[in-house]
Amino acid sequence: MPENTRPGQQRYVAPLEETPLQEVDQLDTSAPPTSLWKDAWRQLRRNPMFIASAILLTFLVIVIAFPGFFTDEPPRKCVLARSYGPAESGHLFGFDRQGCDVFSRTLYGARASVAVGVITTSLIVLIGTIAGAFAGFYGKLVDTVISRTADIFFAIPLLLAAIVILQVVTNRFPDRGFWGGVSAVVGALALFGWPQITRIMRGSVLEVKNLEFVDAARAIGATPRRNLFRHIIPNAIAPVIVTATVSLGIIIVAEATLSFLGIGLPKSVVSWGNDISAATILVRSGDHIQVMLIPAVALMLTVLSFILLGDAVKDALDPKARKR
Amino acid sequence: MNNQTPLLEIKDLNVAFSTEKAVIPAVRDANLTVYPGQTVAIVGESGSGKSTTAHAIIDLLPGTGKITSGQILFEGKDLIQASKDEMVDLRGASIGLVPQDPMSNLNPLWKIGFQIKEVLQAHDVCHGKEADARVVELLQEAGLPDAEKRAKQYPHEFSGGMRQRALIAIGLAARPKLLIADEPTSALDVTVQKQILDHMDHLTDSLGFAILLITHDLGLASERADHLVVMYKGQIVESGPALEILQDPQHPYTQRLVASAPSLASQRLSSVQARAEVREKAVQTAEEVAAEVAESSENFGKGTDTIVSAKNLTKVFKLPGDRPWSPTDFVAVDNVSFDLKRGTTMAIVGESGSGKSTVARMVLKLLDPTEGDVEFDGVDISSLKRKDLLKFRREMQPIFQNPYASLDPTYSIYRSIVEPLATHGIGNDDEREAKVRDLLDKVSLPSSVMRRFPNELSGGQRQRVAIARALALDPAVVICDEAVSALDVLVQAQILELLNDLQAELGLSYLFITHDLAVVRQIADNVLVMQDGKVVEAAAVTEVFTNPREEYTRKLLDAIPGASIPLAGTR
Repeated sequence: MPENTRPGQQRYVAPLEETPLQEVDQLDTSAPPTSLWKDAWRQLRRNPMFIASAILLTFLVIVIAFPGFFTDEPPRKCVLARSYGPAESGHLFGFDRQGCDVFSRTLYGARASVAVGVITTSLIVLIGTIAGAFAGFYGKLVDTVISRTADIFFAIPLLLAAIVILQVVTNRFPDRGFWGGVSAVVGALALFGWPQITRIMRGSVLEVKNLEFVDAARAIGATPRRNLFRHIIPNAIAPVIVTATVSLGIIIVAEATLSFLGIGLPKSVVSWGNDISAATILVRSGDHIQVMLIPAVALMLTVLSFILLGDAVKDALDPKARKR
Repeated sequence: MNNQTPLLEIKDLNVAFSTEKAVIPAVRDANLTVYPGQTVAIVGESGSGKSTTAHAIIDLLPGTGKITSGQILFEGKDLIQASKDEMVDLRGASIGLVPQDPMSNLNPLWKIGFQIKEVLQAHDVCHGKEADARVVELLQEAGLPDAEKRAKQYPHEFSGGMRQRALIAIGLAARPKLLIADEPTSALDVTVQKQILDHMDHLTDSLGFAILLITHDLGLASERADHLVVMYKGQIVESGPALEILQDPQHPYTQRLVASAPSLASQRLSSVQARAEVREKAVQTAEEVAAEVAESSENFGKGTDTIVSAKNLTKVFKLPGDRPWSPTDFVAVDNVSFDLKRGTTMAIVGESGSGKSTVARMVLKLLDPTEGDVEFDGVDISSLKRKDLLKFRREMQPIFQNPYASLDPTYSIYRSIVEPLATHGIGNDDEREAKVRDLLDKVSLPSSVMRRFPNELSGGQRQRVAIARALALDPAVVICDEAVSALDVLVQAQILELLNDLQAELGLSYLFITHDLAVVRQIADNVLVMQDGKVVEAAAVTEVFTNPREEYTRKLLDAIPGASIPLAGTR
């Protein structure tokens, strides 16, 4: 044996049975196949934040689809004799100043708020994703034009600009009905909402387009357009989805703010913002505060559940949390 | 110093990570002894528990890791029983750590000098002016010239090798008795690796501290350490004097490691003979293919002997200069010419920044050369349009370095491999599926893998999928851009063998880009050594290994770890 083998450093060979030799780089065929999105879904399912927001949002969808399921009272049936009437059977939260049922109006009001939120978000995601993807992918002049335009819109405060636009619309078309009212608000909010998504998408595309699978697709002969739509956008979209979920809540708040100021949805439309606005005079006296509180709580819960959902989605799509 | 009393003794150490469902053992019954002034190396592949063992010593186990039983005796004191405060005092003062990734282990917001001073002050070695002076000494000691100036610089002003030296200075600042070096050089170029390890050897000799070296490279370990510990699946499978293990490995796993470590394999004549056989078959098949190509006018190319010919390739990148309107030129590739013969492999070797990958991208026509041109099978590729370009793409395919980035994570394996076929409109659905099965079989993956996604596969398996995708269009040339550099040695050896088999079977020609001269002997026939965008030496492989003409090539050869160790059955 060699000269200087010291205690604890003698030659040692483990018996083979203890660590049986496996094939090099063996494939684990026991696990069921999963995809990225499946993994994300599994992650989501276990997140209490997601479960809470999912329950709330499911409830919201049911309310929007079947408000008649919860109340028999039509929201526009207003009897002045019932003005500020207290809660009674069939009228859970009493009546507002005009004598309309508060509970019923809050249920029906969900439609306008959610319609504005969903349509605006879809629009800004669509515009923002495409603009951002083109800016990031093509670069140079395309990037300069898109990015600087986005910067200009970004520099204008969203609410201020929306107030100006909606003021003009309100003056021109004082009576524009439900969809007319919704599209005006959607238009104003989408016009100033897309730059945020564009910026996020651009950054994300810049990161993805330098990955090797994009070069591999080019070497195969895939056209730039195919590469952009089939490889880059699907891999760059995750942060946009996260932002969009959170901004859905923020847009609902913006709609309520505009309606509260009297220039959002027309007064004829049943919406939370309008109802809160109509109830503001009660703040001074402090009486019948539930007339304002009920639509406000509904608004808060809706926004909260979208923001919680956004957070949960972020955790699920976070590349760092993914298994390698 | 008493060299007969162990400095560190690990006895029956067990470490486990707990997940939601189960407790997963990471280290099982590990025993290890380090004497003062000695270098001990733990060798193993990723996931073997080598880093976990090292981190257990200084109580820095990541995440849910926990020591479940055993003893860690440092100078006779059990560290597992030690309190948190005692461990804090011990870390840095008695046991230093040089971490793996020099890029992320320095705080980018603080000057290098400050980060070293922090250690000195934390352990009450010295303070104030005295500490500043000591910082400069330490940086000098770590082998950084201009230490005074360097101490005032930020990490981003340092190259990878310089950062690692700064980290060594931090690790040694409080004069520890034991330095744990966790893959200290695996992120660095080979020549820098050699410099740093030489320097560490020199420091151990003069300062007398012991090193626990964690590495995946058996060649490197046996060159640097007196005592080797081989780990596999959380267990120590073999340990003993380095040379003895290398010359007479007993455990089948160690035997496997010794057989396939590229730094060691590159010395064997047997690997040269094996390569010659592969080439002979490949050239023969390639000639048959060339004859077919030459006969039919349908195909791209003329069936010439030289399949790729690069002439005076130059690439100049514009970098932002002092003013936005006056960019500065950066010559990434400078006048590079070479011929790749059918059925052979040309290796382009160089360190990071040598321009080798830029050459690959120009040959692939992913990047247009500033000057010079590339001919593929007698056709100049610079002017190719649509249809011809598509035809050319079928003939040349790449395999990239990073197995985690070279497959689209949103695509199933089937979709990834079928994409080239779909893009070129080859076959119907059934034929394509049959082709994918055939390709997976060629790269030795079961066809059940088709429905899986890249994140479910290991690095080596993904690289196989990437090879299958590259072969889907039956190309004549495959460009391997650092295709095995990110893999564990055993997996690396396996992929190299696969590439060799495929070359012999299909008559492929390879352009093999690598920073690691060690793997070249197993796969290449000709070598192009690049430095700073220029070709410094071009010759046959045997020529380069036995009779390198250039100083730089000699430096690269010298840097192959373990090259000087006499092995059983070599040379």
